[in-house]
Order: sequence, then structure tokens, then C-alpha cells
Amino acid sequence: MPAVVSQATQLAVKADAVVKNFGETAVLRGLDLELPTGEVTVLLGSNGAGKSTFLRILAMLTQIDSGSVSMHGVDITENGPSVRALTGSVLHAPMLYADMTVRENLLFFAEMYRLQNVEDLIAGTIQRVGIEPRLDHRVRTLSHGFQKRVALARALMHDPQMLLLDEPESGLDSESVAQLDSIIADYKSAGRTVVMTTHIVEHALEIADRAVVLNNGTVGLNSTKPSSDKAEILAAYSSKANDQ
Amino acid sequence: MMGSLAVIWAIGRKDLLLEIRNKDVVVAVAGFALLVLVIFTFAIDLNQGNAELVGPGVLWAGIAFAGVTGLNRAFALEVEGSTLEALMLAPISRDLIYLGKALGNFLFIAVAQIIVIPVFAVLFNLVVFRWEMLAISLLTTIGFSAVGTLFAGMSVRVRAREVMLPLLFLPVVTPLLMAAVESTSHMVYGRSWSDMAQWLQLAVAFDVAFLVVSAFIFQHILED
Repeated sequence: MPAVVSQATQLAVKADAVVKNFGETAVLRGLDLELPTGEVTVLLGSNGAGKSTFLRILAMLTQIDSGSVSMHGVDITENGPSVRALTGSVLHAPMLYADMTVRENLLFFAEMYRLQNVEDLIAGTIQRVGIEPRLDHRVRTLSHGFQKRVALARALMHDPQMLLLDEPESGLDSESVAQLDSIIADYKSAGRTVVMTTHIVEHALEIADRAVVLNNGTVGLNSTKPSSDKAEILAAYSSKANDQ
Repeated sequence: MMGSLAVIWAIGRKDLLLEIRNKDVVVAVAGFALLVLVIFTFAIDLNQGNAELVGPGVLWAGIAFAGVTGLNRAFALEVEGSTLEALMLAPISRDLIYLGKALGNFLFIAVAQIIVIPVFAVLFNLVVFRWEMLAISLLTTIGFSAVGTLFAGMSVRVRAREVMLPLLFLPVVTPLLMAAVESTSHMVYGRSWSDMAQWLQLAVAFDVAFLVVSAFIFQHILED
């Protein structure tokens, strides 16, 4: 797999004047954002602010209409497959084959990512997300929380440079949320980048290095001290939500 | 190259595994096609002359219409579980996803034909267990899968996909259907390979053209 990451590149994400419309609806209206490597960034905003769309653009599931986005200095529109290897994504749906077991799902996606030593990788990853006892269960029989954990295992298996999480805590119990926090902390300490959206704002501000409030498809507020700027961020978030 | 083939095979094998567990597609395709054959045996006076005359057309019309049902289902499963997006997240080019899905569809339609063609032989009292039939069946199934996978991918997000797919698929595969029917007719009349050569060449050209063009187009239809 081509390595496109330069350790000298300090910016994990650079978005310049990104515009995305869905038909008549403008979702991102010239969004500019720079996210340094090794930070946990939380994207906040009311419904329709553009958080999930921006994450989908970073995951390369959605194409931008204009502007540019680069990851670790590489333009994502021109280097599709190799840039996708940099990210691991957990989006709204678990995106798993319900009639395959957890092991079969992970083995299949390991083949899609062309990974080596797959059995060892799976063993390490499932232990990390706490799904060992469910390894040979069909995904259909798992609770939503466990399906989310399997989705997280799939996202982590190839050890991506950047983790993209869209409301990862939804459907998780408090133990699973604590485990997720621990994985995020591990990722950050390894110098990796996490970009996540959430509606549980206060909790997110405690674990994030940066909080970005999106408003009408642009950056309304960009704080590098989310825990100390909590009041300001909450005010910005609430006012956007009330505007809806 | 080997890596790409492994990815294509993994997607096709995964579809086959899910089909073995669910039996959604093969049962639908084989069941529909068998129903068409049985209805025609009642509708037509099947003496030897009539069977040779109409049999090939009935067989391939049945398989084509039944194939649409299966093609719809094969992609609907990927969208219902959002697993198509999981494939799109992987660092593989979109044409490999297309070729993997086309391989899966090829296997489903081929398995359905293994059930349908012997029943056709019995109902229409025609000798079809010949190498010519294998070649015709193989070429037609490749073409159906190539075109069907593309159009199933295009119509899968459309609300009226059950209507949209046959409207797109059937007109485009008409040349392939003609080639299949004509070569099968030559075969049941006991003619030689050289008599059916032009139709087999048409089928080969169709398959190559649509595999290449569809793989290219498929990359663009997956994006939001």
C-alpha cells in the first residue's frame, strides 16, 4: 500500500473554501479549516450545520463541488485509494454484513485493506474494543452497542493515521463510552489524529484538544482550549441550535 | 495485479457466502425462470417443431426477466446495511468493487441456470447438454452480469428501483439476448460452430465492451 504520509507534514487536514451542495441545498459554503496532526478535534453544530458532510468528505464518500481538501499534504480528490488508507471511519450506520459473523466481517475487510498477519491483527483489535466473546456471533444477533464496537474494530484494524467518528457514542452504554475515550486517548498519545462529531457537547469538550463549531456550512468558532472556553463554545453551539 | 484479483474474488466470495445463507437471489432467479418455462409449456403446443422454434426464445427471455429480480436484490442488500459505503471506505479503486459485484452476480445467475436449463431440456424435449450450450450460457451470463451490475448500482438509490432496473437493463442487453437466442436455435437444430460463430462473436464483443465501459462508469456513479 503506498505510504503518502510525510512525518514532516504538520497539518492532518487542510480544507480551503470547500463548497458542497445537495441539489438546491447548500451544506458547506466555503469552509476553511486546518487541523494539526495529533489532535482530537470535535466538530459541533446543530443539525444540518455540515458536520457529517465534512466527515464524509474526509472519508471520501462525498465529493466536494469546489475548493480543496488535503490530508497530510496530499490532495484527497487526486489520490483516492492511497488517501483512504490513512483514515478509519465509524459513521452513523455500523456498515457491517448482518448475516456474517464478527470474525468473517473483519476478515473480509482485512482483505479489502490488503492487510497481512490478519489473525493477529483481529485478535489485537477485538481485545482493544472488548468484543472477544462475540467473535463468532453473527452481527445480526448483536446489540447496537456491540455492532458499533465491531465497526470501531473495522476502523482501527489497519492502524489508520486519522480516525473519523460520527456521533460514536450514540447507542453505547457508559462502559463502552469510557472504552471509546480510552481508545481516543491512546490514538492521540501515538501522535494520531481524531476528528469526531457529537451532540454530547460537555463530554466531548473534556477529551478534545480543539472544538470547531460549524454554522451554516462555515466555521463559526474554532477553539484550541475547549475545556477553558467551554462557556463560549456552549453559547455558540446553543445559539446555532436555537437559530434552526 | 494479484492483489486486485484477490479483492475481486473476496467480494464475489463474500456475496456467495451471504447467498448460501440467505438464498435470496438464486431462489428468486431460478423460481421466476422456471415459472416462465412452465407457463409456456401450457401456452404452446410443444411438438418437436414448435419446441425447436420457440424454445430458445422462451429460455433466454425467462432468464433475462428473472435475472433482473436477482440483480435488484444483490445490490439492495449492500445498501440496506450501508455496506456499500464500507467498501467505498477501503483503499481500493471503485472498478474493483464493480468487478467483485459483477463476479457475485455472475455466480448467482450461473447457479440459477444450472437449475433452469435441465428443466428446460426436459419440458421442451431438446438436447442442450452440449459444449455449444456451455459457451452460449457463459457468454450471455457474463454480459448480463456486466450490464446488470452497472444498472443495479445506478438504480439502487432510486426510490422506484424495481421499475428502473428493467427499463435500463432490458433494452441494453437486447443484442446479447438476440445472440443467445440465435446461437441456441442453431444448436438445437444441430448446426455447427461455424453457423453460430457470428452470434458468439457478437456476444464476446458485447461482454468485453460492457465490462470495460461499465467498470469505468461505475467509479462515477457511487459518489454523492
